[in-house]
Amino acid sequence: MSSTTETVDIKKTVKPVQATKDVVIYFAGDSGDGIQAIGGQFGHTCVRMGNDIVTFPDFPAEIRAPAGTQAGVSGYQLRFGSGEVLTPGDAYDALIALNPAALQARVKGLKTNGLLIINTDKFRETDLKKAQCKTNPLDDGSLDGYQIFRVDLTKLTRAAVFETPLPATLSTREGDRCQNFFALGMVCWLYQRSLEPTVQYIKSKFGKRAEIAEANQRALRAGWVYCENTETFASSYEIAPAKHAPGLYRHITGNQATALGLVAAGQKAELPVFLASYPITPASDILHQLSRYKNMNVTTVQAEDEIAAACMAIGASFAGALGCTSTSGPGLDLKQEALSLAISTELPLIVVDVQRGGPSTGLPTKTEQADLLAAIYGRHGECPAPIIAASSPSDCFFAVYEAARIAIKYRTPVIFLTDGYLANGAEPWLIPSSKTLAPIVHKQLVERNGVMPFDRDPDTMARQWVRIGTPGLEYRVGGLEKDQKTGNISYDPDNHEAMGYLRKAKIDRIEREIPPTVIDGPASGDLLLVGWGSTHGAIKSAMERQRQAGQKGISQIHLRFLNPLPPDLGDILKRFKHVLVPEMNMGQLSILIRAKYVLPAKPLNKVKGQPFTITEISNAIEAILGGK
Amino acid sequence: MSAVTTVPLSAVKLTNKDYESDQEVRWCPGCGDYAILRQTQKVLADLDIPREKHVFVSGIGCSSRFPYYMNTYGFHTIHGRAPAFATGIKCVQPDLTVWIATGDGDALSIGGNHLIHIIRRNVGVKILLFNNRIYGLTKGQYSPTSSFGKLTASTPMGSPDHPLNPLSLALGCEATFVARTLDRDLEHLGQTLHAAAKHKGTAFVEILQNCNVFNDGEWFEYTDKATKPLSTLRLEDGQPLVYGQNKERGIRLNRFTLEPVDMSKGEAKVEDLMKADSSDLNQALALSRISGKDGLPLPIGVLYKVERSCFEDDVVGQVRKAQAEKPSKNDIDSLLRAGETWTVS
Repeated sequence: MSSTTETVDIKKTVKPVQATKDVVIYFAGDSGDGIQAIGGQFGHTCVRMGNDIVTFPDFPAEIRAPAGTQAGVSGYQLRFGSGEVLTPGDAYDALIALNPAALQARVKGLKTNGLLIINTDKFRETDLKKAQCKTNPLDDGSLDGYQIFRVDLTKLTRAAVFETPLPATLSTREGDRCQNFFALGMVCWLYQRSLEPTVQYIKSKFGKRAEIAEANQRALRAGWVYCENTETFASSYEIAPAKHAPGLYRHITGNQATALGLVAAGQKAELPVFLASYPITPASDILHQLSRYKNMNVTTVQAEDEIAAACMAIGASFAGALGCTSTSGPGLDLKQEALSLAISTELPLIVVDVQRGGPSTGLPTKTEQADLLAAIYGRHGECPAPIIAASSPSDCFFAVYEAARIAIKYRTPVIFLTDGYLANGAEPWLIPSSKTLAPIVHKQLVERNGVMPFDRDPDTMARQWVRIGTPGLEYRVGGLEKDQKTGNISYDPDNHEAMGYLRKAKIDRIEREIPPTVIDGPASGDLLLVGWGSTHGAIKSAMERQRQAGQKGISQIHLRFLNPLPPDLGDILKRFKHVLVPEMNMGQLSILIRAKYVLPAKPLNKVKGQPFTITEISNAIEAILGGK
Repeated sequence: MSAVTTVPLSAVKLTNKDYESDQEVRWCPGCGDYAILRQTQKVLADLDIPREKHVFVSGIGCSSRFPYYMNTYGFHTIHGRAPAFATGIKCVQPDLTVWIATGDGDALSIGGNHLIHIIRRNVGVKILLFNNRIYGLTKGQYSPTSSFGKLTASTPMGSPDHPLNPLSLALGCEATFVARTLDRDLEHLGQTLHAAAKHKGTAFVEILQNCNVFNDGEWFEYTDKATKPLSTLRLEDGQPLVYGQNKERGIRLNRFTLEPVDMSKGEAKVEDLMKADSSDLNQALALSRISGKDGLPLPIGVLYKVERSCFEDDVVGQVRKAQAEKPSKNDIDSLLRAGETWTVS
């Protein structure tokens, strides 16, 4: 097959091409099959070809879960289109299943009559047994409703890779591992994607071993050529570029955006950034990313544990840096005592919590929004902290920047919430100019001028941020209750109450920083959808679907500040007959809304470790408003 | 009353008074901590370091109130975690002289993890471990250094825990400075703190400290005039390991074992004895194993001292190196635009 590589123009198909607007594709295989690599690369290619995309990598917590089992299935869902894409999509238009386990685990997500590409080389008796298939799905009729493409992927890959001798020895095993790129080549043909970005990627990734780079390129091209030459594939699809606002773009994941946002905040504030973290899924990439930005005055430390990471960051803030720590749920639990010290001593601190499925170790690689109440209330004593959440991968940049601005201005820890879906999800990003970022104002006390460490800024109520090491300002601070005026230890009952209210008032005051809530839709009406975090795209898409179906009185608001809540929220809520709060938890924001505004906000909850589908929210809207 | 220094700064040499804060010291009358506080103030006055460059960091416990009483910068943090806070401080301002005041519970129980890691990293801090072998502030429970069978508030039938040895632990963590001193030997205490202050890297000092309320007399055998000549071994680099009222006793190496000998009985000559060598890790490990209950005198002084690069210098060094190598990319816009980008027109 691949012998025709040289004779086929791999830039242009001679077969018919149909135009389509929006595609949901799902790559599935064993963890170790390179599914994440080709999923990410396909997304990148789509972005480069001007499409809007949303990605949803979904992989097991184990590095190498038992091969061939359903538990070991690694998946990558990707939606790309010529219009605005807000979610990874509900049902897939195409599924690429590299083994029976992947097929079994994911085929129920495929649309009726959807495209199903199957690696038939992996349907031996032993493969079926590992995947717990009682019968062979290739011939038991269970796949009748789909357009099946049976491809001997392993054999074809081997033939392509070893067709002519490689510049250096490559084992059969190494050659077989190129099958993911054969599959990617096929999908690139199917959707008329350029191979060039992937060729570049292969060259840079495997540059040190030219024979592996060559083998992967051969597989990639052979996949494309196979589709072009085989009668099985009669036609392909084309998706026009989306209409993006003009400007310079890049591809970005939530964790990358978080790291960049922290660096930008440090630069704007002219403060060194100090991040101490303990490796934890799905937050580790923030540590990895920031450790590469040392030239931007960023110091990173891999601490001995989660507690140490928080404490080191607070020590850094005490010494005058922007102290940061990044973690996921279990780490947030461990950091809470340290956080309470930072609240009590009024030092800036950023705690990034990339939420994952809990409780306990829970679902390390899956997404959830169930840390909200822990973030707001999870500390002993009256211990308020601002909570800010990002709504999309690229929004992590702006949201964490805002978190840093607030932390510095008000001298307080801020908990910044993202989740596994945002952290690993990617999208194209119109790169902002640094000029558009809000200034970060702070003044460290660096000389003795009569101002005392516990003198407060009348505007922000923040106490002085003393640069330790400054002559004449030597002061002691700690977790024991402090006298309101001097900061000395005080066990006075009235002072303790006053300090408690002072700490609360300082955080409450941050509501002044919240811009007027943007209402997407009419300012009053039948139903208000209230969300926060990564659910934004799914809620908006569901609302739009219902609007298209004729529902008129639906609006959406999406909260960035969870503590304090926006000052105009109460008024907005009261203008709607119904309030629906979709959340990937058991109703944590809806509890807050019900308690604070005393109205029957209705929760819509999902705790499966998976994001909402548009249909789930759309159905809930219909259940409230009735179908139209 | 103020948390801030009110003493005017002057170019004249400071005295120990200048290091006393205006806070009322609230340890129990007779507590060994008073002596440590006074000696520390005295040593700081003798050092050539400006007062504002000292930071005292502590966790929780009696000893951890220490920073409030020092007229320097101070941070009274959370239980066991002082080493982590101190590490953060040193990474941002490496030129500060950071001290950690901690106790046997704070450092070795709840904070054990942070202690071992700050030592192996060789962060430039001075760790003063007030070892009184008891929990004082929580009123008399056994600590990780309490002896097996110890009767305490929480162990009415005796402690089932075997104690750990702070000096062996520190050496096992690749410590670069390990010393032991006593609250009741002011001169030695001062000398040891001074040596710790001068050490670059983690200086680990175990201070045998008396808790006169919950564990009175725990170390008296090593501090009483009558018993201490035979029960303690004063380490002086280059000098033979001798002890006893008239220095008639000594320690020699018998295969891998430290053997006590009585020179007055002709068991050995002074030339046969080991000589103290604080650069010898094997000797330090052997000396650290002496419990004081094994027929050998308890070593007092600097057991080990070597030079090794400090964590904060290496961490900051990487930042400086990266800044020097990539100066053209040191702004937000270049950072955001780095890597693959494309233009939509």
